[in-house]
Amino acid sequence: MISLAGRDILHAWGKFIFTGVGLGLLIGVTLIMAGVYRGMVDDGKVLLDNSGADLWVVQQATLGPYAEPSSVPDDIWRSLLTQPGVAEAANITYLTMQIERGEDDVRAMVVGIAPGGAGTLGWPRYLVAGRQITRGHYEAVADLASGFQLGDYLTIRRNQYKVVGLTRRMVSASGDPMIFIPLKGAQEAQFLKDKDAILMQRRRTEANPALNRPNLPGLLEAVLASQTTNPSVNAVLVRIKPEYLPQAVAEPIERWQRFTVYDREQMEGILIGKLIATSARQISMFLVILAIVCAAIVAFIIYTLTMDKIREIAVLKLIGTRNRTLVWMILQQALVLGAIGFVVGKITATFAAPIFPKYVLLLPIDSIIGFVAIQLICTLASVVAIRMALKVDPAEVIG
Amino acid sequence: MSIQGIQIENLSKRFGEGDTAVFALKDVNMQVAPGEVVGLIGPSGSGKSTLLKCLGAVIDPTAGRMVLDQQVIYDEGWKVGDLSALRRDKIGFVFQSPYLIPFLDATDNVALLPMLAGVPNEEARRRALELLTALDVQHRAKAMPSQLSGGEQQRIAIARGLVNQPPVILADEPTAPLDSVRALAVVRILNDMAKRFNTAVIVVTHDEKIIPTFKRIYHIRDGVTHEEVGEGRLPT
Repeated sequence: MISLAGRDILHAWGKFIFTGVGLGLLIGVTLIMAGVYRGMVDDGKVLLDNSGADLWVVQQATLGPYAEPSSVPDDIWRSLLTQPGVAEAANITYLTMQIERGEDDVRAMVVGIAPGGAGTLGWPRYLVAGRQITRGHYEAVADLASGFQLGDYLTIRRNQYKVVGLTRRMVSASGDPMIFIPLKGAQEAQFLKDKDAILMQRRRTEANPALNRPNLPGLLEAVLASQTTNPSVNAVLVRIKPEYLPQAVAEPIERWQRFTVYDREQMEGILIGKLIATSARQISMFLVILAIVCAAIVAFIIYTLTMDKIREIAVLKLIGTRNRTLVWMILQQALVLGAIGFVVGKITATFAAPIFPKYVLLLPIDSIIGFVAIQLICTLASVVAIRMALKVDPAEVIG
Repeated sequence: MSIQGIQIENLSKRFGEGDTAVFALKDVNMQVAPGEVVGLIGPSGSGKSTLLKCLGAVIDPTAGRMVLDQQVIYDEGWKVGDLSALRRDKIGFVFQSPYLIPFLDATDNVALLPMLAGVPNEEARRRALELLTALDVQHRAKAMPSQLSGGEQQRIAIARGLVNQPPVILADEPTAPLDSVRALAVVRILNDMAKRFNTAVIVVTHDEKIIPTFKRIYHIRDGVTHEEVGEGRLPT
């Protein structure tokens, strides 16, 4: 038996191709939307992977530096090293800010990394150009997505940093590129007040008789010194010894040091379950709407194509074509239209994804799910046309 | 009794119920033998199309009996189960317009019927080409319907009606859009094919040009038929 659907498609190939391309662009947008969500999840996982930490020690009753402001003393990392199971501990700060880049500026996450070397917790795990930070001040390693080049100077608050290394896929949970600078500079950027504010605070402190006692000459200087220093970081990253379980190490830190400790699984839950949950729901809504639009388009096209063939369908029924043959013909056309649309959509998404400012991760499983969903949508969308074809009275062609 | 061709006895068709009931056919009797071509003529609204639809197993008669090639199709409310297969295997249709499938070439338009009946594609195409040769349109075998003239299309439509070698062919005003030369050519083809394939042919028409070609004519008016002998003059 010849394929009636195939012959019809070949006969009206232009209509099918153009409709398929239009549908494909819509499917391409759908795949990209799914890819944006996957990219957000991947950004979160990359952020955690790149930190190299097994545990995050953060301010008590906060969700940690990625989700909420968190401040912990910058000297507790030493006491953490004494805890059983802790192999390594390092301070870290995170600050998302606008950084000038030529005439423009770029949104980036400035990461303050503790002194050390490659492999230290929080440091960029690999470089694509240049070298790691070797000095305690005024050097930076930037993610390629920030647009900075080796040798560029960037200004963070009052200080200038020279870009000595470039890395890639080092991004925040919201996809902003990271810029790594030494911890001291990052602490200043985050906690240090501007000169006028310091001056005003100094005057207020001097005017306070409780802090400026003539009989205690060293007190005022000590208070002023404590006000201008910034002994806080956002979190301490902890790597545990291989033979220890994260929860076993975290529990005594929480109990005795009065901090909140998250392991990798919990932190991933915060990033994906809380930080990007709203965005995920937003994208899901878009996907549902796009699926409905796809279904409406396929239904309309298949309905129109079937309407154009009413007379032929009546003839086919009159000469003895079984209903299932007609149903299969219409269904095949819908499925072929979906397949054309999917191929065009997949190609569109593949080529368009790198152009998007945010990371778009196109997973093969999403493509498979997308293909199956499109075919299901096309099957459902053809129901209207099939119902109409089944209602065609073969007697129409007689008399 | 063994009935070849087609026979109907006291066939009636009523539309509507009660006071609004309208009888489109009233106790119609007709018999067409294999190899015979008969005319069915009548004015508009006389019941021609309704009778053709009943004969074509497209609508069910309200009462009466119909036997086609020794098989009872309708009998006082009873009917065979698979009318679709019956139409495919035992009834050939030729319409006023050829109604060829626009996305199939001439050969496949004809071969489609045997293919639907499960005949392998190659065998179905061989049968179709045989018929196209018999109807002298074999040179247009690969042409699409839009590339064919009206006469060629009608011959291919006739080939489609004949390809499954049905015991009966129902032709619904097959010459209406044709000039007299082409119309008589179509009637000649139908007569030739009726004899060649031993097929009963019923031609519904009000085309004055071809009425004299029938040896037997059924007149229908207000749902009632009466039979008369025709001239049977088929110009050579």
